[in-house]
Amino acid sequence: MTSPVARRRVRGDGVDLAVYEQGDPARPTVLLVHGYPDTHAVWDEVAALLAERFHVVRYDVRGAGASSRPFGRRRYSFEYLMADLCAVLDAAAPDRKVHLVGHDWGSIQSWEAVCTMPDRFASFTSISGPCLDHAGHWMRRNLSRPTPGNLRRAAGQMARSWYIYFFQTPLLPELLWRGGMSKPFMRALELGEGVAARPGHPARTMGRDAAAGVGLYRANMLRRLRAPLDRRTDVPTQVIVPAKDLFVSPHLVGGLAGRVPNLSLRPIAAGHWVPRSHPGPVARWITEHVTGVLGGPLSAAEARSLRRARVRPGRLPFDGSLVVVTGAGSGVGRATALAFAERGAEVVAADLDPESARRTAELAGLLGPEGHSYQVDMSDPAAMEHFAKSVVHEHGVPDVVVNNAGTGMAGAFLDHTAADSECVLEIDLWDVVDGSRRMAERGEGGRVARRGHDPERVAEQVVAAALRDRAPATGTPEGRLASAASRLSLRLGRVLARAGSN
Amino acid sequence: MSRLTSARPLTGTPLRGFINSVSNNVALARVHDEAELERFRDVQRLCYRCAAEVAATLKPGVTERETCRRMRRWLRAHGVDDWLHTPFAWFGDRTAFRGFKFPTQFLPSGARLEEGMPYILDMAPVRDGYAADIGYGGVLGENRIWDRVDADLAAYRTLILDLVRERRTFADVYAEVDALIERQGHQNRHRKYPGRVIGHQVGVIGGILPKRVGFPFGVRFLQTIGRELVKERLEGRSPLWSGAARSQHPPTPGLWAVEPHIAFRGVGVKFEEILVVTEDDAYWLDDDLPHVHRWASLEAAR
Repeated sequence: MTSPVARRRVRGDGVDLAVYEQGDPARPTVLLVHGYPDTHAVWDEVAALLAERFHVVRYDVRGAGASSRPFGRRRYSFEYLMADLCAVLDAAAPDRKVHLVGHDWGSIQSWEAVCTMPDRFASFTSISGPCLDHAGHWMRRNLSRPTPGNLRRAAGQMARSWYIYFFQTPLLPELLWRGGMSKPFMRALELGEGVAARPGHPARTMGRDAAAGVGLYRANMLRRLRAPLDRRTDVPTQVIVPAKDLFVSPHLVGGLAGRVPNLSLRPIAAGHWVPRSHPGPVARWITEHVTGVLGGPLSAAEARSLRRARVRPGRLPFDGSLVVVTGAGSGVGRATALAFAERGAEVVAADLDPESARRTAELAGLLGPEGHSYQVDMSDPAAMEHFAKSVVHEHGVPDVVVNNAGTGMAGAFLDHTAADSECVLEIDLWDVVDGSRRMAERGEGGRVARRGHDPERVAEQVVAAALRDRAPATGTPEGRLASAASRLSLRLGRVLARAGSN
Repeated sequence: MSRLTSARPLTGTPLRGFINSVSNNVALARVHDEAELERFRDVQRLCYRCAAEVAATLKPGVTERETCRRMRRWLRAHGVDDWLHTPFAWFGDRTAFRGFKFPTQFLPSGARLEEGMPYILDMAPVRDGYAADIGYGGVLGENRIWDRVDADLAAYRTLILDLVRERRTFADVYAEVDALIERQGHQNRHRKYPGRVIGHQVGVIGGILPKRVGFPFGVRFLQTIGRELVKERLEGRSPLWSGAARSQHPPTPGLWAVEPHIAFRGVGVKFEEILVVTEDDAYWLDDDLPHVHRWASLEAAR
């Protein structure tokens, strides 16, 4: 279902702005701000999804799409951009706070907005666009403490910013864009980001948009990075962190928690144009964030998802994760379930014996979030299928499945979910004990003798395995972070720890 | 005191003469003597009163040593003149004997009580020769884990009594207790006690040795237990109740201080009270005890 998009013109500071609205105006307003060199159309998929529940407002930023293109870099400074944003707010949602979402330069602008006029925003979702002041502080901090890791991260961002230096060159960027850079850019977008061109994005006006938008970089970037201001905001903020971003280092979220008390992080294994490549998760996270801020009704899975994303001191590594353990009624299975519960996971304990499974869930509830129990005969495929279905239905998609009895559980869970929505990490408990899959590969069965293992020690090993980056290492920190982010919650623990401490 | 020295001479072994002469010639309790049982009951109640009163004085910051001092003084002031062992107090994860490797770690330490911490008071005084040995578990303020473990502990009081009434061997009872601990997902903590005992025999303490204490056990108690170890061994039994081979015998008539001690994640709870075992039956010496009332009200609330 796509709701009709109403278009109107709003007078900004010396410019005409094209504003697009859809969804019921009586619902909470979500304002989507696009980046460079895009137009409002970059949000088409996300906006259609959000319009089912919200009043969705978009506009073409000055210099882009159907809005005016003022001449001269001075006209693209934050002062003008903020005036435009206020004009759109006054026109589309005059009497209430809006939920702000920004991508790329739209996110950079939005940071400026939530830091300078926090009373106009109920929540903020930032995608792939840091607060320039935070970025400036981040860079200084890394360079003033030049450990190898800090230098590597700083150099990583500097390399990603190559185009920013180029955009400072007079005239040349404009000439290139006007002279037909759009075609190669579209090709690069398709090859590098996996985002194929579709009607509306990249826009037909792209050459002109990109040439005019260079002003954004010239008017603001160096000024802020050279002399970063002390910016902070109390607006509830979530940052969607694409781990494979070629332009914004995911490490830029480091230290953010100190300036944004109410901060959530959503790592995702995606590139810079995540609203195009992953509209489903982006719309879902925006919806969850907005609903959470409004105190609306949340399903168990949504509440857990918010808990998982939230950055706070004393966060446990499996906070907000759902962990399924089979054979959890006794011994190693029970110890594993409890070890996960102790680290913040919501545990689903499955066992052939319902009484012992219930007991494990009860004990898990003493150590962490309330546990759940199921009676399942893992040797019966139909029962297993039914089990997976009911878990997904009642509690959501698990983040980790520990096979103590039964195998191949993750597939069964994923069968009952949308293709792009979640990832399930599957751990065969006895493979962990074995230390490798040697025996399985030799066709001798992946199991080792179950006697003689201290359950608690085995449980620790399983938890460690879940925390470890089990994907084939790609060698680069970005690659590792990317594969880690594909496991969402698991490495989130470490990413969040960095955000809180650095 | 003449009654106390009434002998229960050993018969039927060539060593009887020697053993009878080195033993302190004091009887273990006679389980059919109601008056004598009443004396034991009195001492046990005294102990629980002491535990409740001392527990009421516990505040954040108090140490185990200070708590033990309070128990000792209270008991001395109420007529106690000797000890099976001096009082113990364990706070926090010491109630679960976490990291206990040496027997000295059982002794009261400088550990301080904090809000939400579990504690266990354990005392075994002797008054006029009559002994009691009790364990009292509690928590300062609120602790969900403690509530769960404590409620689970109630099952052991019934289980042990039923099994002893069935005249199952002591080792069997111990194994059944272990099985229940496993099902509940707890840890068996009484296996950390010297001799891994879940219980031990108590009786009338007397003799000519001084009322001294050595490494916290009373000298006379050690003498009694030592004597019983030898005497019972000769009859294929033991005054110590554990899961070992020496406990593979039906319940020995007498008074047994039974002390199941379970723990979950650093929260330990125990109770200890006297079980009266006769030739064909068994019963708890006293049902008017704090934990019995607590569990009864829990049961009623369900």
